[in-house]
Amino acid sequence: MTPILELKGITKQFPGVLANDHINLTLHKGEILALLGENGAGKSTLMNILYGLYQPDEGEIFINGEKSMVTSPTDAIDAGIGMVHQHFMLIPVFTVAENVMLGEESVKYGNFLNRDDAAKKILEIGNQFNLPVNPSDMVRDLPVGVQQKVEIIKLLYREAEILIFDEPTAVLTPQEADELFKIMRSLVEQGKSIIFITHKLREVLDVADRIMVIRQGAVVGETTPDEADKNSLAAMMVGREVSLVVEKEEKVPGEVILSIDDLVVADKFQNIVVDHVSLEVHAGEIVGIAGVQGNGQTELVEAITGLRKSSEGQITLMGEDVTRATPRQITELGSAHVPEDRQADGLVLPFPIAENLVLCTYYKEPFSKGVVLQYETILDHAKQLISDFDIRTPSALTPVSNLSGGNQQKVIIARELSRPIQFLMASQPTRGLDVGSIEYIHKRIVQKRNDGCAVLLVSPELDEIMELSDRIAVMYRGNILAVVKRSAVTKEEVGLMMAGIMPESDFKPKEKHVVERTF
Amino acid sequence: MKREPQKNEKAGDVLLQEINEPHEDQTTHKRSVWNVVAIPLLAILTGLIIGAILIAATSTTVYAAFNESFGQGLVTAWNEVITAYQALFTGSIGDPARIISALRSGDERAIRSAFNPFLESLVQATPYIFAGLAVALGFRSGLFNIGVEGQLFIGAACATYVGYAITGLPTIIHMPLAFLAGALGGAVWGFIPGLLKATTGGHEVINTIMMNWIAFRLTEWLLSGPMNRPGAGGMPISPLIEESAQIPQFFQTPIRFHLGFFIALGIAWLVWWLLFKTKWGLNLRTVGANPRAAKYAGLNVAKNYIIGMALSGALAGMAGGVQILAVNRSMALGLSSGYGFDSIALALIGNNHPLGVILASILFGTLRNGATRMMVVSRIPIDIVDVLQAIILMFVAAPAIIRTIYRLRKPKHEEETVFVSGWGGGQS
Repeated sequence: MTPILELKGITKQFPGVLANDHINLTLHKGEILALLGENGAGKSTLMNILYGLYQPDEGEIFINGEKSMVTSPTDAIDAGIGMVHQHFMLIPVFTVAENVMLGEESVKYGNFLNRDDAAKKILEIGNQFNLPVNPSDMVRDLPVGVQQKVEIIKLLYREAEILIFDEPTAVLTPQEADELFKIMRSLVEQGKSIIFITHKLREVLDVADRIMVIRQGAVVGETTPDEADKNSLAAMMVGREVSLVVEKEEKVPGEVILSIDDLVVADKFQNIVVDHVSLEVHAGEIVGIAGVQGNGQTELVEAITGLRKSSEGQITLMGEDVTRATPRQITELGSAHVPEDRQADGLVLPFPIAENLVLCTYYKEPFSKGVVLQYETILDHAKQLISDFDIRTPSALTPVSNLSGGNQQKVIIARELSRPIQFLMASQPTRGLDVGSIEYIHKRIVQKRNDGCAVLLVSPELDEIMELSDRIAVMYRGNILAVVKRSAVTKEEVGLMMAGIMPESDFKPKEKHVVERTF
Repeated sequence: MKREPQKNEKAGDVLLQEINEPHEDQTTHKRSVWNVVAIPLLAILTGLIIGAILIAATSTTVYAAFNESFGQGLVTAWNEVITAYQALFTGSIGDPARIISALRSGDERAIRSAFNPFLESLVQATPYIFAGLAVALGFRSGLFNIGVEGQLFIGAACATYVGYAITGLPTIIHMPLAFLAGALGGAVWGFIPGLLKATTGGHEVINTIMMNWIAFRLTEWLLSGPMNRPGAGGMPISPLIEESAQIPQFFQTPIRFHLGFFIALGIAWLVWWLLFKTKWGLNLRTVGANPRAAKYAGLNVAKNYIIGMALSGALAGMAGGVQILAVNRSMALGLSSGYGFDSIALALIGNNHPLGVILASILFGTLRNGATRMMVVSRIPIDIVDVLQAIILMFVAAPAIIRTIYRLRKPKHEEETVFVSGWGGGQS
């Protein structure tokens, strides 16, 4: 049987980098092919070539056995190729029907939009592929998971046969991800073909029929979920053995380091987003805050680190009331903060690495004497940390903007963890990083915990929370639904709580006075 | 930690970014120096070429020659341009032949007057240096100070007042006092919009523009009212400043070259030291480059905005002060020919670096000075020189144009931020 899609010898050279090196790819009708690789391995380049955004230097594309020229996304759509982007291409203030028909409008009486027609077709597609959406809903009112369904319907509306999913689970809860996988299966059962781009090993093993691993622009292996396991896939991706399990020594938590009592925080629109939260973190333990992004974690972290004022409640750090303290006072107490958005908050991108490594301490001895900065000391300090934390850079004076995401994060980790600290606030410390960097950063965090540091970890990645935490607090709509021991729960239970569903028995949520209060 | 046997050190970055920006190595480092100077140099060159076309196109003799024959027209156009640019050069740097013969003769007066065009260019450059530093320091602190012109006027007024109202002081005290009064006046005028930005979030661009108008009208009133020269007959002009307040000129008139130029160089060094060698400077630059990270690092962003604006205003005030104390010796309304606004372009040409500002200021002073002679010798209107300057500026301020014309490759990364983030930028 002719494969529905065949790429032969695709090569793409960018200045200094061979992004795709003679890649061959075959996709058969009705299968899910997973394209696995670290960020920067060349997956996106390949897909952008297929989608007509780049032209290959060499190589050919065959669709249904016919040689095809794809020079623009329009060509790709005409050839039946559709892409679900990581960041949705939807217009929030349009309805589902309007979004779906955009660019492919059905009209009546000359130039008037025929929304009814489109709505009917959307409902048909929804029934056929198990994608229930209401065509007249406004997109901005829909949960993320449903928005993604709208994206898929958009492709099916245009009669796409080959669907490319680019990191589709990044924004989903585990339950929503599982639902997406069911949809993908039903799509291929009805004859569609799917290329699934990801760097998450679990997803590949769950849903793919075949797995292709790309590293440094070249295909390094092809396998199936039956033959492979997480470790072998990670090794293929990274090019060496990777230990996915962080070793943690048993540790009895010490005294309370951080204590949050009945905290209320509002966002910039004055909505209460942290709603009477109480939590304690002890020395030598990692408390993980699980939750889908946007449930108040960001504001909670900002309140703890002094970046945002809380409206009620109290925060105590190492016995001191820091509710109204400034970020610098909190830092000087012996706390460190790995911020959620490393480029916006954690780094001054145009500044050299050396200056970024003293961002929180440059005003103090030994980095300043009087008002004069001691650049020799700052440079020596930078060189030391660059080697200690294995930051890959040509020099200590390279602007941080020139580093890769993983190395930028290492700069922050080096700066924050190299200080003598008793409390670490780590907010999404591995966001967008590759397996190798994640492994490294996890090790460092656990090491700090072993040294007796109290760690509060916030992450929307459930795997990360499960792996690192000693205790888990689940945050949902500004509340902490429950605080449980890691050993007492399964991933599925935490996943359900992240969606706001409390399991019946086993453990009780912390009795709280949240529910009665309304705002 | 063991090095991983992995070639792809950049893994983890967005792919596109990665492939467009290969590793920095020694060669690219060298090239970056070229990158910094190439744009201004090519901008000047392009400006001169377009200026030449302009000179030819606005000259009636050229048209007349074209009427006779095409070849004649070209020759005349060429001659016109050469004459004009020669005049520009001799008017701003000096006539080489005259310099050589003066040196040969050994006559001191002849030597001085042969070098006068160059010295006069430095005189013209002096207020530019202060004003350019003011804008550059603002940009480095994340502030777009359009109010340099107004701060300059207030600074000049303060320096003038201290210059004539206080009498009986020795020069060693009076002169610095008057100069510092100018700096203080400018600082107050910069402090106000800084305070407004820090406390209310009001954007400094709007507020400094408004402060300019207040400054212009205020000095107008001062000069025709409280600070009016007795017997000026209603002319808005101040009394002459005391001799003890004057910044000395080195030679006899008409050579105006004065100590202020060296004060400007010293202040430029001070600004460089402050910005790049002290923690205060790092505070300002951090706030300027990324206010959110500055807040995260524990800096008081609002306070640094106020300090940045006040310092920037102080430098602008010095520009006014030096012009009064060293050149004009009294204050009139025609004090500034737009130094405050030209300085925005200056700072951009100089990449917001004090050394760059000095070089750009000398270039500007030279152009302005040479323009006068060009106007006299080849009867080219000074407006053409203004157009020439404007063209150069436009090219420098929009490097993309120059890069497109000369097919230069975009530098891998912009140097430290050259510009504040747009409207409302800097508010976290």
